[in-house]
Amino acid sequence: MSERPQTGSSTRRTMIEAIRDALAVMMARDDRVVSFGEDAGYFGGVFRCTEGLQQEFGPHRSFDTPISESGIVGAAVGMAAYGLRPVAEIQFADYMYPGYDQIVSEAARLRSRSAGGFTAPLVIRMPVGGGIRGGQTHSQSPEALLTHVAGLKTVIPSNPVDAKGLLIAAIEDPDPVIFLEPKRLYNGPFDGRPDQPVQPWSNHALGDVPDGYYTIPLGKASIVRPGEDLTVLAYGTLTFIAEAAVEETGIDAEIIDLRTLLPLDVDTIVASVRKTGRCVIAHEATRTSGFGAELSAQVQERCFDFLEAPIQRVTGFDTPYPVGLEWIYFPGPKRVGDGMKKAMAY
Amino acid sequence: MAERHVQLHVPEPSARPGEIPDFSHLVVPPVHDARRPPVEAEAHSTYDLATTLIRVLDDDGRAGGEWDPGLDAATLKTALRHMIITRLLEEQFMLLQRQGKAAFAIRSLGEEAVSVSSAMAVGATSPGYGPGLDMHFPTYRQAGLLVSNGHSLFEMTCQVLSNSGDRLDGAQLPGLHSVPECGFFSISGNLGTQIIQAVGWAMAGAIENKRIVALAWTGEGATAENDFHSGLVFASVYQPPVILNVVNNQWAISSFQGIAGGGDTSFAQRGIGYSLPTLRVDGNDLLAGYAATTWATERARSGHGPTLIEWVTYRAASHSSSDDPTKYRPADAAAAWPLGDPVKRLSQHLIVTGSATETTLAELHEACRSEVMDVIDQAENLGTINSGPKASPVEMFRHVYAEMPPHLIEQRQELGY
Repeated sequence: MSERPQTGSSTRRTMIEAIRDALAVMMARDDRVVSFGEDAGYFGGVFRCTEGLQQEFGPHRSFDTPISESGIVGAAVGMAAYGLRPVAEIQFADYMYPGYDQIVSEAARLRSRSAGGFTAPLVIRMPVGGGIRGGQTHSQSPEALLTHVAGLKTVIPSNPVDAKGLLIAAIEDPDPVIFLEPKRLYNGPFDGRPDQPVQPWSNHALGDVPDGYYTIPLGKASIVRPGEDLTVLAYGTLTFIAEAAVEETGIDAEIIDLRTLLPLDVDTIVASVRKTGRCVIAHEATRTSGFGAELSAQVQERCFDFLEAPIQRVTGFDTPYPVGLEWIYFPGPKRVGDGMKKAMAY
Repeated sequence: MAERHVQLHVPEPSARPGEIPDFSHLVVPPVHDARRPPVEAEAHSTYDLATTLIRVLDDDGRAGGEWDPGLDAATLKTALRHMIITRLLEEQFMLLQRQGKAAFAIRSLGEEAVSVSSAMAVGATSPGYGPGLDMHFPTYRQAGLLVSNGHSLFEMTCQVLSNSGDRLDGAQLPGLHSVPECGFFSISGNLGTQIIQAVGWAMAGAIENKRIVALAWTGEGATAENDFHSGLVFASVYQPPVILNVVNNQWAISSFQGIAGGGDTSFAQRGIGYSLPTLRVDGNDLLAGYAATTWATERARSGHGPTLIEWVTYRAASHSSSDDPTKYRPADAAAAWPLGDPVKRLSQHLIVTGSATETTLAELHEACRSEVMDVIDQAENLGTINSGPKASPVEMFRHVYAEMPPHLIEQRQELGY
């Protein structure tokens, strides 16, 4: 389980409420923090992550933007360079592409190309992943397009406690941070069984979110389930799918929730795989050139002598995300379990 | 209605190599034509100023009209000096590139009044430059901003030579400077992207209720980028203290301004479409540029929001050291440009007003040349792209993040550092 930060009191919160709380805590602590995006001002965002911020902090600190991702990110770069701490929301990660040039060519490289003369300490929040009947324009997981970019940090929490602590750390970070929010986890942990009733976060230990200020450091993975048979490398929604796969197969897997994809916590990964000798990588994004390829290369380079089986990847297929065949596309517990069995068969 | 063939319209400039330059499409109104409205003017009321050409210096070098900023002779001589220094320095940069001592060179020949007048007008009321203060977001054709804002010519030259005096440690192409303390934002090199960043900077200033101004710079060619649209929309919506400068030098490498959608309209008119007060100014008239920027700066600092300025000028030089303009336009086009040369026009003004003579101007020119040559010599002594000490390979890794993450430390060690 994630280590629980100690701040005294705590409150049951969904991931949405935890993100909102992180923003509110930081906007109260630091006048430089501003929040904006499409529908993210008065209304509080289509997923409600910024609800109430405009009412609490005023329209100059939390505001609506035109439908223009290049504008949102580009303005954030200018604000960050000026000295603010902008937190921009892209409504769905699927919409980031008009702003991708600003992310890749501008935010990520400003510090380097100016030899530290200018910096862009901004956060770009965006919901990722499927399982919400969103089809190919509301379900993508473009993390590999972000981890491939020098100068960015990419974070993806899997629960309310981590979401709040990581988001606060991201806002305080001096570099541009992409904060990916697995939208299927917004309202509860998801075990990959869409026919089962939704479990709310209020029933889960990681829905008990410490009040006030705390951080979870970027670049540190979390071992969510210790185990001896094999290592599962997962993040976001797939963390819970891996837990469900353990239940179904009975395999004693060590499940690592990476939490930050870049910088990657290589030490935690390597220690685990050297212990178990087997590795399964699970993500929802398409497979080819996905982040799993990077993970696989890292494990192979550092754990070759310890591996007892080929590294297995369980991922989304190399197709657009189909709305009608969503659960065929989604790498659920059955497929992750099959990957684990395959790794154990050697 | 007469029917026409349905066909793709590919705009063509008025003259190609071997033809006589033809700028008859450029209407040059008399200096008294343009009125100077109060700085709190509404966008729609500036429509006439987006279609005319704001001029102060007439063809004889005399100043007149409502826009005459009434600058004293000393200020004008400083402006002239900055333009001459910029011209001579960039001429030397091109020579250094031709000698293989610089990787690349780019000039603002014929457009020097644009940057110099803007820098001086903003500087006259600036609280300072850097985070939380004023900032230009330039293109590579605004070296005049650095000269006017007092950047070290030696350091500029070191950057162009990529030698050990380059504060960017060789990270950027020659001319893509980054000088926070002189109000010169790091130039991306990707076109158009920084228009919206300037708007964001100004939005931050507005959030903090600061009387600062941010200045976006783009050529007319890059107004075709989506960031131009984003920038104008955000400027229009949030009304931040930003000046959106569109330098229409008629050419984007080999494409004339018609390929950017210039056609029968002015780029300035686009500002009106976004509800931005707009000025179209004779870019080769230092006094007009100064006056227009002063108007927009005063507007911004007094809380009245953004202004778009189109600077009508002519790129007299090649696009860069990698370009040969005789392949796509008449070789003598710049000489035929109806708005003349900015250095000559200001010089003429100083002479007709009795502030200078041919002799004192020749002395000024010589003093500038001598200063530039000294700087070039000193910088070359430090090294060039091919000689002298180089930045340590460690520098390549140093500024990617504030703190070097483990994977970069590992890669640096892999390289042996």
